[in-house]
Amino acid sequence: MDVMPKWAEVILVPLISLLLAAILSALVILAIGEDPVAAVKLMVTGALGSTYGWGYTLYYATNFMFTGLAVAIAFHARLFNIGGEGQAMLGGLGVALACLYIPWPHWTLALLGAIVMAALFGAFWAAIPAWLQAKRGSHIVITTIMFNFIAASLLNYVLVNLLRPKGQMDPATARFPDVVHLPTLHELLAPFGIAFSKSAPANVSLLVAVLACFLLWVLIWRTRLGYEIRAYGHSESAAKYAGISPTRIIMITMIISGALAGMMAINNVMGEAERLVLNSTEGAGFIGIAVALMGRSHPLGVFIAAILFGFLYQGGAELALWTSIPRELIVVIQALVILFTGALDNMVRMPLEKIFLARRRRQAPKPERKEA
Amino acid sequence: MDAYLTLIQLLDSTVRLATPLLLACLAGLYSERAGIFDIGLEGKMLAAAFFSAAVASLTGSVWVGLAAGIGASLALSALHGVASITFRGNQLISGVAINFLAAGMTVLIAQDWFRQGGRTPSLMGGARFEGITLPLADTLEPVPIIGPLYAELISGHSVLVYLAFATVPFTWWLLFRTRFGLRLRAVGENPAAVDTAGVSVVGLRYAAVAICGVLCGIAGAYLSTALQAGFVKDMSAGRGFIALAALIFAKWRPWYALWATLLFGLFGALETRPDVIEAAIGLKVQGQLLGALPYLMTVIILAGFVGKAIPPRAGGEPYVKER
Repeated sequence: MDVMPKWAEVILVPLISLLLAAILSALVILAIGEDPVAAVKLMVTGALGSTYGWGYTLYYATNFMFTGLAVAIAFHARLFNIGGEGQAMLGGLGVALACLYIPWPHWTLALLGAIVMAALFGAFWAAIPAWLQAKRGSHIVITTIMFNFIAASLLNYVLVNLLRPKGQMDPATARFPDVVHLPTLHELLAPFGIAFSKSAPANVSLLVAVLACFLLWVLIWRTRLGYEIRAYGHSESAAKYAGISPTRIIMITMIISGALAGMMAINNVMGEAERLVLNSTEGAGFIGIAVALMGRSHPLGVFIAAILFGFLYQGGAELALWTSIPRELIVVIQALVILFTGALDNMVRMPLEKIFLARRRRQAPKPERKEA
Repeated sequence: MDAYLTLIQLLDSTVRLATPLLLACLAGLYSERAGIFDIGLEGKMLAAAFFSAAVASLTGSVWVGLAAGIGASLALSALHGVASITFRGNQLISGVAINFLAAGMTVLIAQDWFRQGGRTPSLMGGARFEGITLPLADTLEPVPIIGPLYAELISGHSVLVYLAFATVPFTWWLLFRTRFGLRLRAVGENPAAVDTAGVSVVGLRYAAVAICGVLCGIAGAYLSTALQAGFVKDMSAGRGFIALAALIFAKWRPWYALWATLLFGLFGALETRPDVIEAAIGLKVQGQLLGALPYLMTVIILAGFVGKAIPPRAGGEPYVKER
């Protein structure tokens, strides 16, 4: 039986973890001689005070939704996919190939094609570590870390030697044709008479990301496969006993995970840069870990956490612009969120469980003890 | 003779590049042999690199800098210990957090202290580890074959390089010839048995994590005060992960760790000398391939196609006494 009521488990524990991370972040800002209250105000106006700020916040959030979902689905099968970064890089390669070499008649078809290519490339990059885990017992955390580096080298090679147009210095592909340009929120909202910033990069991929959140929720909690994934995550031996094949679950889960991470590329490569550059992912694959941990691996939680991290990213950029606080403050906050919601989870949970146990004992003076 | 000198130069830079890998790899060896996975080697090296360079530049003494670097690395080790031993958290997630914490904090503090865009001032004189000329190096230099070998390759490194290489036999002796070593290995294989024998599992694991912190500290200090003269943002550049790869490649053994890190160091040295490879094998090898080679080889080893790498059995699992 659970010690804590569900609301405490779902809301109280993450909230306290976040609070601890926020307090420590504020102390860090104080320690470098800046005012935390002013910093938060600047971040809020910078990230949420204008449609321009919102455009960037939502653009970052779209990236983090994809990578956060990728880590979350793997967590449900008790697999830790640190390879989101590499999978997203490969997804970028898939999107670039789709956009450069297929003559699309319209952006809608191009988007569908790019989603398929991004998902295929990302899934492929996750499937190899998955197969090695399922069949050869190689630890998936180590192999996915290695695959991040291999992906970086591979992409470097492909961009420098194969995809770079002749006479161009920087390692990047040519600009994608105009027809695959994805409509930005400005273009999408204009017909409804809503004025949205023209220069912000948020685009139609946001809707794809939200749809992905919903579909993943259906998959995890409303389908047989989702049940099998969760069962495997809770107990491998019980799942085996129930006739669930570990190899099948590991492969399917990681393929979905890699596909989601790869699909991030429709936002940053197709939607924003409109060409593939080196380091296009900018660490979003790793932020997915923080987002999934904060969102408790629930698609709705991932959605909320992704928007929060989008806000932090855009707010952090504004801070770096207007104060002497470098952008790396966001990396520190990200580390603290991972630390408190992930690694130090028990530090928050243990005292809370004691409090709830004590309260329950007081309410029921003579408890019947069923379990030894 | 020219080819020979090129070879000596290549091996010389191999030794320089292998040293931080070796120290970090041995650091990981202690931790993982005791059952604590550590993917935070990278972060600890980075933090140590910054604090040793920063303190060395402020005090002018590289030794004070080294102490500060070790201190910073130990602090992160303590955090890892609290999260993964005391609170039985996920060791991998804790390692990820430590990597990000170091990546962010070093730039933040560097900017606050020096205002040079996340770097420290260049270190000079006593604030750096200089190469040591071993006895007779200058006298022996004219002797063919042995002369350059001794003067260029063996002599002329900083004290930390010699320390790193001496750590290999010491680690072997400590782990395989002492009672402490036996217990440390046992706690990574079967902590319950160690507990039954009346030895503290928690104490041993903290000791292993602390040794790991010290070695990562030296590795980081080497990066910023010996290999280079000062700290720059993200200067560990994935070395912590290459060390982790080397550790698996070495199957968690100290002598193998030496060979693995020397091999990966050689890849690093070759990456900067594509002309040498072309002259040696007559083929143009892409630099990106050499960069990825340590990771590729580790994946192949992990897959068990060439020998099998079996990690310590209790690795990654928090020890729960009451059952």
